Amino acid sequence: MTLTGAGYYSFVAMVTSAVIYLVAFAAFSAEWASARNLDDGNPVTDLTRSETDRLRVDKFGRIGVALATIGLLTHLAGVVLRGIAAQRAPWGNMYEFVTTAMLFVAIGALVLLTAKGMRWLGLPVTLLLTVGQGLAVTVFYVDVAPLVPALHSVWFVVHIVAASISGALFNLGAIASILFLIRGRAERRGTLHGYLARIPSAQALDRFAYRAHAFAFPLWTFTIAAGSIWAEFAWGRYWGWDPKETWSLITWVVYAAYLHARSTAGWRGRPAAILAIIGVITFWFNFVGINLLVSGLHSYAGI
Amino acid sequence: MAKNTTEDAAPLTPRESLRFLWTQLTSMRTALVLLFALAIAAVPGSLIPQRPVNPVKVSDFIRDNPTLGPIYDTLGLFDVYASPWFAAVYLLLFLSLIGCIVPRIATYARSLRAQPPRTPKRLSRLPESTTGLSALPAGETLDAAEAWLRKRRYRVRRQDDSVSAERGYLREFGNLLFHVSLVFVLAGVAWSTLFGYKGSVIVVEGQAFSNNLSQYDDFSAGGSFRPADLAPFTVWVDKFDAKFETGPVQRGAARVFTAHVRSQEGPGAAVVPGTLEVNHPLSLGDTAVHLIGHGYAPVVEVKDPQGHVAFSGPVAFLPQDGNFTSMGVIKAPDARPQRLAFECFFLPTAVVNQQGPHSIFPDALEPQMFCNAWSGPPRQETGRPENVYSLDKTGMTQLTRDGKIVNFRLSPGQAVDLPNGSTLTLLDWRRWTKLQVSSTPGLPLTFGSIVAAVAGLCLSLFVRPRRLFVRAVPGESGSAVEVGGLDRADARTGLDEEVAELAAAAGAAPPPAPGEQESDPAGARDPEPAQARSTRKGTP
Repeated sequence: MTLTGAGYYSFVAMVTSAVIYLVAFAAFSAEWASARNLDDGNPVTDLTRSETDRLRVDKFGRIGVALATIGLLTHLAGVVLRGIAAQRAPWGNMYEFVTTAMLFVAIGALVLLTAKGMRWLGLPVTLLLTVGQGLAVTVFYVDVAPLVPALHSVWFVVHIVAASISGALFNLGAIASILFLIRGRAERRGTLHGYLARIPSAQALDRFAYRAHAFAFPLWTFTIAAGSIWAEFAWGRYWGWDPKETWSLITWVVYAAYLHARSTAGWRGRPAAILAIIGVITFWFNFVGINLLVSGLHSYAGI
Repeated sequence: MAKNTTEDAAPLTPRESLRFLWTQLTSMRTALVLLFALAIAAVPGSLIPQRPVNPVKVSDFIRDNPTLGPIYDTLGLFDVYASPWFAAVYLLLFLSLIGCIVPRIATYARSLRAQPPRTPKRLSRLPESTTGLSALPAGETLDAAEAWLRKRRYRVRRQDDSVSAERGYLREFGNLLFHVSLVFVLAGVAWSTLFGYKGSVIVVEGQAFSNNLSQYDDFSAGGSFRPADLAPFTVWVDKFDAKFETGPVQRGAARVFTAHVRSQEGPGAAVVPGTLEVNHPLSLGDTAVHLIGHGYAPVVEVKDPQGHVAFSGPVAFLPQDGNFTSMGVIKAPDARPQRLAFECFFLPTAVVNQQGPHSIFPDALEPQMFCNAWSGPPRQETGRPENVYSLDKTGMTQLTRDGKIVNFRLSPGQAVDLPNGSTLTLLDWRRWTKLQVSSTPGLPLTFGSIVAAVAGLCLSLFVRPRRLFVRAVPGESGSAVEVGGLDRADARTGLDEEVAELAAAAGAAPPPAPGEQESDPAGARDPEPAQARSTRKGTP
C-alpha cells in the first residue's frame, strides 16, 4: 500500500473510526448488561434496587453515545479526506461505497439516538458500524484511483447517494425488525426483563421499522430508476438483467412484499418483519456477494 | 378425498369456478405469493450464465457439465428472463394487480364524490377523543370548528349537531397511480420490444457507417419492426482517443474514451461534428448511437507473387483479454495463383515469454503482429456470408519453409516475404469503435411511467388519511363539545395534538387533566358522564 497525504489520513481516520465504534459497542453492551437485573417486574427487588444502579445503566449509555459521536466525526473526516485525495465524490468502488453508506447509517442513527431518544439503537447500530467499517478497512480497501469512463456522469452522484441512503435505512429498519421479533417473543412469553424491558414496545418497534422502510422504498425505487437512466446513457440499454440489476429488483420485490404484507390480515407482525430481514439480506448479498462472486457490468469492486 | 368433496358440496358451475379463480388471483395473499415467486424466479438468471449476455460462457458451462447442462437448457435456465415460466410469473402478477386495482379505482371515484361519513354516536370510542365546554352556542361552536377544518383542507360535512371531516384522499390516489404506472412501465417495455431495434457495427477510424441493414454486424428487432423504419443517417468516425491508467493503482484501467465523429441525419442534411463518449450517446432523431467498445485494426497490404496488390486496408481484430491481445484473420481471396489468408494476433504492447506472445498493456506502446499463413486454390464466389473473424481452412494448406511452419512477427512498417513469393506488410494500425445503434420507441413511456410511479409511491406512503369529528350539544351556558378522531393509515402520529387543537378551535376549554383518557377510564368508555362532568366544571 503506498499512501500519501489526504489518502493516508483518510485511511487512518477510517481505521480509527472502526476502533472507536467497537469501543462504543462495548459501552452499549455494558449498558444492556448492567440493565440485566433491572425492571424484572418483581416489585420487591425493583424497589430495593438503588438509584445508582439505574444511573449506572444510563452512564454506560451516555458513554456509548459520546464515543459513537467521536467515531462519527472521525468517520466523516475519513470520507471527506478520501474525496479530497481522489478529487471526486468518494464512492467509486466497494470500499468507498461501504464507508459512505456506513456514514449515512451513523448520521441517521445518531440523530435518532440523541434527538428522538432512541438510545436502544446504540448497541445494534454500533455493532453494524464496527463490522461494516472493519470489513471496509481490512477486506475491501483499495487505493485512491480515478474513475473509469463509464462512471463519468452526473448519475454517479445521484444513483449512488440514493443507493447508500436507502441502504442505510434498510439496515436501520432491519435492526428494528430484529428487535421487534426478539421483544415480541419476550412479550408473548412474559419474559420481559433486563434491557429488553427498556426498549420500546413491539408495536412501537414495528412502527419504527415501517417508517424506515416506507421512507427507503420510494428512494430505492428511485435508485433503480436512476440507475436504469444511467444505463441507457452509458450502455445503451435501460435494463439488461445484469446480476446487480437483477438483485436490486429482487430487493425491491421483497420490500414490496413487506409493504403489502403489513396491510394483509395474517401477514402483519412477525411474517412482515421476517420479510424485512430477508430484504436486507438480499441487499447485502447484492452488495457483497454479487461484487465478489459474479462478474457483471457493475464490477467496480476493485478488489 | 376428491370424491368426498364432490359428494359433500354442490359442484361449482364453470362460471362459479371462474369467479372463484378470479377472486383468488386478485387477493392480496396471491399477490404476495406471486411477488415472492418473482423474487425467487429472478435468482437463477443472476448466478447461471445467460445466453443473451454471454453465449460463450453458456456453451462452456454445457461442455463442463454434460449432465446438468442439457437439463438447465430444457428448463430455460440459460435464458431465464425470456423463459415461459418467468413470463408466467410476472404476467400473473400483473393480471392480479389489474384485477385488484380496477375495482379500487371505481371505489375511489365514488369516494371522491362522497361526503365524509356521518359522525358516530360515541366519539369516545374513537382512538383519540376529548371533551370540553364552549362558551359559544352550539351552532357557532360548529361554525368555528368547520372553519378550522376547512383551513386545514379537510373535506367537511355539516350535520345537525356535529361536523365530520376527512382528509388524505391523495393516499389512495397515489396508491392507484403507482400500480397503474407499473402497468404502463410494462406497456412501454413491450412497445420498445415490438417496434424497437438494436444493432451494432464496428467502424474503423476514418470510416463511416450508414444506417441500413446490410451495414450491421449484428442486428435484432421486434416483431413489428420494418427495415423502412431505419433513420437514414450517416456517422463518420474520424478519430478515436483512448487513454489508460499508467500509475501504480489500477494500472491499465480505462480513463478516457472519446470518438471524434461527424454525423448527418439524412441525405442533404447538414453534417454536424461532435464527440461520442461512454456516457454521451449521439441522438439522431429517435435513434441513439452509443459507444460500447473499441479495439485495434492493423492496416495491412498483401501482394501476390506477381506483385499485384491482392488486399490493402485496415482489418478489425477482436480483443481477447483486458490488455487487448487481439485476434483476427487477413483474407486475400483475390491473390493469384493461389488465394492467401493469414491468422494473426495483434498485440498493442507485445511481450514474448514462457506464455508465448501476449499483450501486457491495453494501449499501443509496442505494437506487434504475429501471424501464420495459409494458401489454397481460388474459390468460386458464392455470395454466401462468411465470418470475417475466423478462417475456413477447408482446401487450404499452411505455408511451410524447409518443412517448418512459417510464423513471423511484424512491427509497423515491416514486411515479410513468404515462401511462395507473396508479401505481407504491416503498414500501420488504427483503432476501431463498436457503435450500438438502437431505437427504443417506448422509452419515454417507460421513464414517464416510472416518474409517475415514484410520485404515486410517495403519496401513498407519506399522505396519511385522518377523520375528525366534532359534536356540540347546547348546555346551560354555551355548549358541550366532544371531539374525536381516527387515523386510517399506519404510523401516523400527532392525532392527539390535532384533536386537542380542534377542540380549542371550537372554543372548548382544554381537557380537565393531562392524559385524560388514561386517568379517566369510565369517561373514556361512556361520553355522557364526562360531558356532564365538564358541564358541571364549567358552571361552579
